Amino acid sequence: MVKGMVINKKVRILIAKPGLDGHDRGAKIVARALRDAGFEVIYTGLHQTPEMIVSAAIQEDVDAVGLSILSGAHGHLFKKVIELLKKEKAGDIIVFGGGIIPDEDIRALKKIGVKKIFTPGTATGEIVEWIKKNVR
Amino acid sequence: MVIVIFSMINKWTTISSKPIKALYSQEDLAGFKPERSLGKAGHYPFTRGVHETMYRGKLWTMRMFSGFGTAEETNKRYHYLLKHGQNGLSVAFDFPTLMGYDSDQERAMGEVGKCGVAIDTMADMETLFKGIPLDKITTSMTINGPAAILLAMYLATVEKHGNPISAAAGTVQNDILKEFIAQHAWAFPPKPSMRVIVDMIEYCTKHVPKWNTISISGYHIREAGSTAAQELAFTLADGIAYVEACVERGLDVDHFAPRLSFFFNAHMDFFEEIVKYRAARRLWARIMKERFKTKNPRSQMLRFHTQTAGCSLTAQQPYNNVVRTTIEALAGVLGGTQSLHTNSLDETLALPTENAVRIALRTQQIIAHESGVINTIDPLGGSYFIEKLTNEMEEEAAAYIKKIDDLGGMIRAIELGYPQKEIADAAYRFQKQIENKEKIVVGMNDFVVEEEHPIELLKISDGIHHKQAKRLGAVKKRRDNKKVAASLDKLHTACTGAENIMPKLLDCARAYATENEMMSVMKDVFGEYRELPVF
Repeated sequence: MVKGMVINKKVRILIAKPGLDGHDRGAKIVARALRDAGFEVIYTGLHQTPEMIVSAAIQEDVDAVGLSILSGAHGHLFKKVIELLKKEKAGDIIVFGGGIIPDEDIRALKKIGVKKIFTPGTATGEIVEWIKKNVR
Repeated sequence: MVIVIFSMINKWTTISSKPIKALYSQEDLAGFKPERSLGKAGHYPFTRGVHETMYRGKLWTMRMFSGFGTAEETNKRYHYLLKHGQNGLSVAFDFPTLMGYDSDQERAMGEVGKCGVAIDTMADMETLFKGIPLDKITTSMTINGPAAILLAMYLATVEKHGNPISAAAGTVQNDILKEFIAQHAWAFPPKPSMRVIVDMIEYCTKHVPKWNTISISGYHIREAGSTAAQELAFTLADGIAYVEACVERGLDVDHFAPRLSFFFNAHMDFFEEIVKYRAARRLWARIMKERFKTKNPRSQMLRFHTQTAGCSLTAQQPYNNVVRTTIEALAGVLGGTQSLHTNSLDETLALPTENAVRIALRTQQIIAHESGVINTIDPLGGSYFIEKLTNEMEEEAAAYIKKIDDLGGMIRAIELGYPQKEIADAAYRFQKQIENKEKIVVGMNDFVVEEEHPIELLKISDGIHHKQAKRLGAVKKRRDNKKVAASLDKLHTACTGAENIMPKLLDCARAYATENEMMSVMKDVFGEYRELPVF
């Protein structure tokens, strides 16, 4: 394989909806905006367990996983996904997310390894720029 | 400055991107016949309102959607709201309850009591309504996939209070089609879901005559990003599907149709929302009269609940949300709503604090008692602009309904992903309009402040999960497990056959079977819905 081919491989992103939360307007808009920006995007659909998300991330060989959580369960779900990724030796996959997440919880999530949290009102362009700078 | 002015004059459109003219006049209403298009309030086609006296006879019900933590905590909030002048209850369940899981299950981890109240058995329901006279107050429950189970728990609680089941008055949302389309708290695939809903309608029509068996909801369709016309059209198309399913079972449409109720969003575009409600009443009246040949005028009345648009609120400068909610609530009232929920200023950040929810309730009371808008019925009726826009809204929605008819009805349209795709496209379009400032959201994409001051928020601790799991454990210990098993067996038999499942669910509830025990029996027979993600 020529080295250049690897470099040109598109960035692959998994957008996931963990837990029982049914709010998917944001996740779908972000998935579509990232696709329009030229990334390869896989969207899990709703009601995923952390196990399902990690297994999809590994199978799809993604560079980053974006979790969308509007249910207040972010403390539990982000932690579980990060733990499972590490356990599966896929700790290099970047985890970011968005949703209704208070500032003090964002600080706690960053401490456990969540790279970035986007809060309500974020423009999709800002997410695209962040991925370009921070993923691969 | 130049940029701001430019964005203001760029396009004169509604929030749904419908163009609006500078001035409306007589020519816009050529051929308009008030007696045919409007009628009198309380009379077909009900454009001006479903009651002859409207708010002079009875104000709308002030019904705040509320629930968090355990049943005990939510019960306290209900007493607080009733003390401050609320006159109807509306239960918000947590995600595990909405999806049919018990609080002690792995899938419920992290979500117990977070976005609503955790209800596992009838024991929680008893706590939830402690000290509240269920024969006098009406209760609305936002529950869909497991609606039959929660209704059974509620009716069993009414009975336990010493009332006959027939005394229960209220509403269960029970609108599974819009779950597939927008809100996503589903359980079974469409066909068995419809069977359960028809069972519930059949049972309540006979035994719980004051119960609204379904609340056909556009609210969530709009929150998912639809336009106003899509919200209206998809909701009425769902309504058509329910009526058809009941008629197919052999129920008399004039017996069950008077208890069908509706639920709409109140978004920021003031006039567009008002005409949406007026067009809704006229369209539904015509559908019920012409398509379903109803004779009872009550079958033709579209009665509805309104909730101000959660998605219109901003996390930035949250006090501005009080103003947004006021404008939206006023549209609901001028549109003739039967009940109203007003969102609290902090709801983009968390569930509301007592203070925030009181301001939201006071907003309704100020509209009702200070503004004077209730003095006359349909005060905007007859305006060139309002009547023209009402006609256009009706036409646009009717075209969508025709399209859905042509696809083979709403269930088929959902299987094809049609409404889901329409909504996703509209949501994406709106997002782009915000990002290029074609639409302004104050404090978010314009008039921004650099530094935000944090406001007080309601916190729900993770410890709630253990507390609720413990309560559930205690119920499981003290109940008669043989009775539970026997009632679940009978439920299984009823699900497999053609017998109405409601009496069986009531027996399960009375025996303190858990929500998930009942749900598992039903899923075993009916299967589980799997989504086809569309984005």
